[in-house]
Amino acid sequence: MELIDYDAQIPNNVALASDDRLKRALEQWHPGYLNWWNQMGPMGFNDSEVYLRTATGVDPKGWAQFQYVKMPEYRWGIFLAPGDPERKIGFGEHFGEPVWQEVPGEYRAMLRRLLVVQGDTEPASVEQQRHLGATAPSLYDLRNLFQVNVEEGRHLWAMVYLLQRYFGRDGREEAEALLTRRSGDDDRPRMLGAFNEETPDWLSFFMFTFFTDRDGKYQLEALAQSGFDPLARTTRFMLTEEAHHMFVGESGIGRVIEATATAMIAAHIDDPTDVERIRSLNVIDLPTLQRYLNFHFSVSLDLFGAEASSNAANAFAAGLKGRFNEHKIDDDHRLTNSTYPVLRLEETDIVNRNEPALSVLNARLRDDYANDCTNGVKRWNKILEKAGVDYRLSLPHVGFHRQVGEFQMAPIDPSGQVHKGVAFHDIVEGHLPSSDDRAFITSLMQPIYEPGSYASWIAPPKVAIDNKPGDFEFVRLHG
Amino acid sequence: MTTAGLVRQHLIDPEVCIRCNTCEETCPIDAITHNDDNYVVDPAICAACGDCLGPCPTGAIDSWRIVNTPHPIDAQFEWDMLPANDAEVDDLEEQEADTLDSEAGELLALAHQFAPKTPPPASASTPHLNVATRRNPIVATVVGNYRITAPGTDSDVHHIVLDLGGDAFPILEGQSVGVLPPHDPDDQRSPAIRLYSVCSPRDGERPGHNNLALTVKRVIDNGHGLPGLASNYLCDRERGDTVSLIGPFGDTFLMPMDPASNLIMICTGTGSAPFRAMTEYRRRHLPAGPGKLWLFFGARTRAELPYFGPLMKLERSLIEIELCLSREEGIPARHVQDGLRDRLAELKVLLDQESTYLYLCGVKGMEGSIRSVLTEGIDDWDLREAKLIEEGRLHVETY
Repeated sequence: MELIDYDAQIPNNVALASDDRLKRALEQWHPGYLNWWNQMGPMGFNDSEVYLRTATGVDPKGWAQFQYVKMPEYRWGIFLAPGDPERKIGFGEHFGEPVWQEVPGEYRAMLRRLLVVQGDTEPASVEQQRHLGATAPSLYDLRNLFQVNVEEGRHLWAMVYLLQRYFGRDGREEAEALLTRRSGDDDRPRMLGAFNEETPDWLSFFMFTFFTDRDGKYQLEALAQSGFDPLARTTRFMLTEEAHHMFVGESGIGRVIEATATAMIAAHIDDPTDVERIRSLNVIDLPTLQRYLNFHFSVSLDLFGAEASSNAANAFAAGLKGRFNEHKIDDDHRLTNSTYPVLRLEETDIVNRNEPALSVLNARLRDDYANDCTNGVKRWNKILEKAGVDYRLSLPHVGFHRQVGEFQMAPIDPSGQVHKGVAFHDIVEGHLPSSDDRAFITSLMQPIYEPGSYASWIAPPKVAIDNKPGDFEFVRLHG
Repeated sequence: MTTAGLVRQHLIDPEVCIRCNTCEETCPIDAITHNDDNYVVDPAICAACGDCLGPCPTGAIDSWRIVNTPHPIDAQFEWDMLPANDAEVDDLEEQEADTLDSEAGELLALAHQFAPKTPPPASASTPHLNVATRRNPIVATVVGNYRITAPGTDSDVHHIVLDLGGDAFPILEGQSVGVLPPHDPDDQRSPAIRLYSVCSPRDGERPGHNNLALTVKRVIDNGHGLPGLASNYLCDRERGDTVSLIGPFGDTFLMPMDPASNLIMICTGTGSAPFRAMTEYRRRHLPAGPGKLWLFFGARTRAELPYFGPLMKLERSLIEIELCLSREEGIPARHVQDGLRDRLAELKVLLDQESTYLYLCGVKGMEGSIRSVLTEGIDDWDLREAKLIEEGRLHVETY
């Protein structure tokens, strides 16, 4: 077992102390990182003690230690999942060869690009969530937000470690640039669209952690298959942290649904579309929830890129980025002759066409993702079913409200029907949150900072974190 | 884990689980599997090692039922929620949940027999329990064994540092480990285990080296005219010798993680072990924390007081120490209860704060005397005591 030196300035299990050049590079980057955190991290809570989970080891018993920490003093660091000296490349042209411990020269540029794109998403979410602390529905939720924030920060560290350790001066420059872009900034925006969207309220945050962080799960899992072993081990450990982010989203929306259902039943409201009456109970009506869901699902689908992608094909062939659960797929792992069914838009029809599997890897990853989302929505619907509320949430069709790929700006409604001759905006408008919806949600966003109290629009959690009771003081606000 | 035909089955709560796959990824023996609906634990494979518990982001994984017949995985795939417990086994489950090792459980019960049933401090970390069992003990190597009372005194107390090698054995301050003393191979019975409080903090006696330390007093006469088996075995171990450990044990005598909490620690002799762990944790990680540490430490003489030297070197800003020596030449005899009585006014002020925690550890005899001081000196002590217990702020471990 590799032990993490937690007393070091940069806790790590990569023998940082014995690599002077890398240590210097990271120590030079560190103040810039802290500066970024202080500028763009959670606003107004730097002096609060937050009950955070911190890794002290990558083994199952060591990586989830809970204690009160002030966020700027959180020990970000570099943790790699344990390595396997026997590990072989699991796909592509180098299938069966030993994994690489150094970057293969011919794939240097491609790999660097993969790391930079992944790395750029991590500080972006922190920036998007910057203002949410001011309107948290409970201390429990506030703590979960901050946990997500510090771990996104650590994921940035993970990518910066790879850039600085394996890419020399180029890597150091890319690491600097990660601290200079800003989410939503006109001049120097973050690299991917969804990461420049605002996360203005907690409903958006929960949707973001359910849908957008789940994209992270699929991207990280595909990278965890990489033939470049340091990347595989880095992302493997990141996945264990990412799971908590998705939990925040899934349970968050689940609790919103529960609060709505409970209030509707108590007020004897049978009609879930009786929006005015439901809103007067200070809970979120289900049709509004559906519109938020439509927005976040479609925006997150765009993160997978175009269905057919030569970048993805090249990365796969090179052995750098595999498919989701590559090692569990039963095929030749080279995809030289296999096909994969892809949805295509032909006139007014959406048809399923078999295409060379290697060229449509993005579509496959997106389908795995969409299937995972479907199951999550099913679990939300069980809450409604159990409460006896006659309404079911659903995922919109993958062609709805798309800005990227095959269905870009196509007039497709949430049911998947193509409306030829109708403008894209006219189709999507009624199915996305309106300014009225957003104004209502904003009106609900009042902070609740009393331990054990929860905003009217969200139910308390069934299980709080670390076996703590719901009224535990998850954040100590006094500095 | 079976008891009288009943099985303690590991399950995953489908209402809480988000199907993130972390548990399946973590399980070292592939006991966890899933279909489109649920993640489930195969009762034929699961060895209850607990590796999956920490990494689970939801807590869904920490679900257990005592059953006559384990629920098969096909049934678990269909569940929307966990089934209720079989009614007739409810009591047993509670009993089982307290500790998985009944023998260690009995020893702990003995140590707590007159102690109130106190929950752990609200901000305490969640302890790991029974990582190593009698069937699968951890073999630790002695890397240090030092006498920590002055030579020539009757009190032969040792500080023993054990290296845990590559094994994960997470310990929190206040927890104990079981030591398996040597065993006559002709004796058919299992060797009796002995419990020792760990005196090093969670990051080890030496941080980053995966080790822990015990405070062990050599027992010359165990009450039957014989030397203590486990204590002599431990005190005689040399560097490089191995010791089999099981545990960890104890899920209530834990320290609050809130840096604002005040800890009043009262002990005699080797009862100082858990307090050394707690103090060392605060010294390393929260040296400037707003909370106050206060130690009442009883021994016959300075020379017989374990850790006297290191204790005196601690900063006064970190901890206040009230030594109570009963046979030190040239000064009047004082016991811990006398120390407590002398400082009662300050104690009252501190006890009025909700962030104050009171710990007692050591010989059983001191418990009654301390209680008398508190009852006499503080008007509404009975009421206060009940409140402290209810809030997880009064902890007693005596032997």
